[in-house]
Amino acid sequence: MALTRREFIKFTGLGLAASSMGMLGFGGSGVAQAAAVRPFKLTHATETRNTCTYCSVACGILIYSMGDRAKNALSNIIHIEGDPDHPVNRGTLCPKGSALLDIVHAPTRLKTPRYREPGGTEFKDVSWDFALDRIARLMKEDRDKHFIATNAAGTTVNRWTSTGMLAASASSSETAFLTWKVARSLGMVVFDNQARV
Amino acid sequence: MSDLQSQDYVRRSASTMTPPVARSHEDQVAKLIDVSRCIGCKACQSACMEWNDLRPEIGHFEGSYENPMDLGPSVWTLMKFAEYENEQGNLEWLIRKDGCMHCEDPGCLKACPAPGAIVQYANGIVDFISDKCIGCGYCVKGCPFDVPRISKKDHKSYKCTLCSDRVSVGLEPACVKACPTGAIMFGSKSDMTHWAGERIEDLKSRGFENAGLYDPKEVGGTHVMYVLHHADKPSLYSGLPDKPRISPVVEAWKGIIKPLAVAGIAFAAIAGFFHWITVGPNEITEEDEEEAARALRGEREPDPEEKS
Repeated sequence: MALTRREFIKFTGLGLAASSMGMLGFGGSGVAQAAAVRPFKLTHATETRNTCTYCSVACGILIYSMGDRAKNALSNIIHIEGDPDHPVNRGTLCPKGSALLDIVHAPTRLKTPRYREPGGTEFKDVSWDFALDRIARLMKEDRDKHFIATNAAGTTVNRWTSTGMLAASASSSETAFLTWKVARSLGMVVFDNQARV
Repeated sequence: MSDLQSQDYVRRSASTMTPPVARSHEDQVAKLIDVSRCIGCKACQSACMEWNDLRPEIGHFEGSYENPMDLGPSVWTLMKFAEYENEQGNLEWLIRKDGCMHCEDPGCLKACPAPGAIVQYANGIVDFISDKCIGCGYCVKGCPFDVPRISKKDHKSYKCTLCSDRVSVGLEPACVKACPTGAIMFGSKSDMTHWAGERIEDLKSRGFENAGLYDPKEVGGTHVMYVLHHADKPSLYSGLPDKPRISPVVEAWKGIIKPLAVAGIAFAAIAGFFHWITVGPNEITEEDEEEAARALRGEREPDPEEKS
């Protein structure tokens, strides 16, 4: 297309005028798009109830993970907030609880049992089977050696006083009931929990 | 994408289009921050970062309880700690959760030159639409509360969204949900005003005669309100403005100069058009061209007789 100098100036001038009018707010200045809020990220996330790992107040939390637990989808925790139905905190959380997501994904988080053998200087990762077997073995040996079935008067007491248990306080009533049953059925009398904030 | 339809927003920056008004019965929301119940635990700050996926860089201890020291592109809410010695000589620790106030008449939106970069929804929330932001910083100048911050990484402006993504699906903002003392409440604006009234009555009965609600009418009221024990002196609370107002420069530019300039340009265009219709364009005859050619060659002008 052949343009004279005059025509070229006319066309560019026209273009400049049109775009200036657009910038001044005439017309839509491009397509007027609907404003978009950030999409709500939990719509189909899996919701899991749990208890906060931190202190003995034991706030109820809701853990949201991506995926619906289908076989081919690996769950990954994306958000944690307070459980509004939990009587302890009714949805609220403290600053540490509100930041729980970051301890879930912390690179320094402990994920396996670690074991330092007697006289050893270093901890090494061990399997859960190894850890539970070893704990059970040591408990049984100690209980067999020190179990007190009867007292001096001959009354049955079934006491095991040489091993104690420090249970978690961040437990539901049901968990506390079971913990109690386990400890007492072994005859354990040294039994406490870390009920402090 | 859960797009809010255009009917759900009532204001849009740098646009002359009139928002649709058919749906006019949406409840206005408000967040009420009861300063007298706040213990400064920062659960709100934590929850805000967690929900909005914000992780500002870890800073250094600056000798203050404030952490970090200022709002930022990744710090949308911040606890501010002020020590105040009252008339009786007692120390009062005034802790205020700082962040966007979601003004009914938002200075940021008024100042913004990018179409649709700042919008106000019918429920009152003022939101930044980041992909339309041009990073000019006018919103920072326009804000009476000094809230928006421009990111040095992507040159866009950021601030609290009042968790518009949560509110749009019927949830309360993350900070409200986390608050362990109930110092942050959320609900309809009328319910929050009523709730504040009860709190203020209680505070007055405890000797805080000047307790009151901070809902400054200079910006048309706000959708984030404070219950203050010293409502007569908001500036005690880490510089909360006593009388917040949109900068007169923004008012003058957007209210007077810009419409005048637009009128001037329109007048010039219309005058030009009518001049063209009535007088017509300059016409160039062959004689004019010859004369020009002669002038170029440096010849003297010929006799007028010869010309005709």
